[in-house]
Amino acid sequence: MKNAVKISVQQHDFCLADEVSLLEQDNDSDGAVVTFCGRVRNKNLGENIHGLFLEHYPGMTEKSLADIIEQAKQQWAINRVTVIHRIGELKVGEQIVFVGVTSQHRHDAFAANEFIMDFLKIKAPFWKKELTDKGAYWLDARASDQDKAKQWEQ
Amino acid sequence: MIKVVFFAALREKLGCSELTVEATNINTVEQVKQQLIETHPQWSEHLMHSSLLSAVNNDMVSAQHQVAAGDEVAFFPPVTGG
Repeated sequence: MKNAVKISVQQHDFCLADEVSLLEQDNDSDGAVVTFCGRVRNKNLGENIHGLFLEHYPGMTEKSLADIIEQAKQQWAINRVTVIHRIGELKVGEQIVFVGVTSQHRHDAFAANEFIMDFLKIKAPFWKKELTDKGAYWLDARASDQDKAKQWEQ
Repeated sequence: MIKVVFFAALREKLGCSELTVEATNINTVEQVKQQLIETHPQWSEHLMHSSLLSAVNNDMVSAQHQVAAGDEVAFFPPVTGG
């Protein structure tokens, strides 16, 4: 359990408090627990958004997330990692993604958490379709996400 | 045979989520794409898009990556999760 990795791609919602409890349970050595939670916001590029539809590539998604977590484990002294990503239709305000990382000290947990999110954005096969007042549109990838991930290579 | 799968906006543009192609004379991801364009000329514009990504057996790969019978080749637009 000490070095457990949990990856879940799921339609149903998750409970932040429960996920933090699992990261902390029987884990007295890790003083740092860093969590990130992404939610559906109500505006994008000036458009009013009322929801998202999320598609993924079953099998490859889980593998790519496991690869990203493994890369993080090679770079920082982290122990437990949880990544949850939701799929299907989500309304504004709903939770989309959770990344939780534990380590003895905060630096490793902060850095690894951000690294996992940055690479999830450009490597994990998820696609978002925005549901707007004018119709439903697939989101284009943003160059800024590529640039953000590249910063880890410098 | 090689299984080919498409996702998201590409799947909708092609009107197809998966199909199979004969592995004969196909050695790379690029050749899979060329084979698909030969049999479905109307897909050319979408499959030739420079931003298109490809994966073989669940690993992101380049167009020159080797493929063989039994492989699963995926084509999809840049990812936008998180």
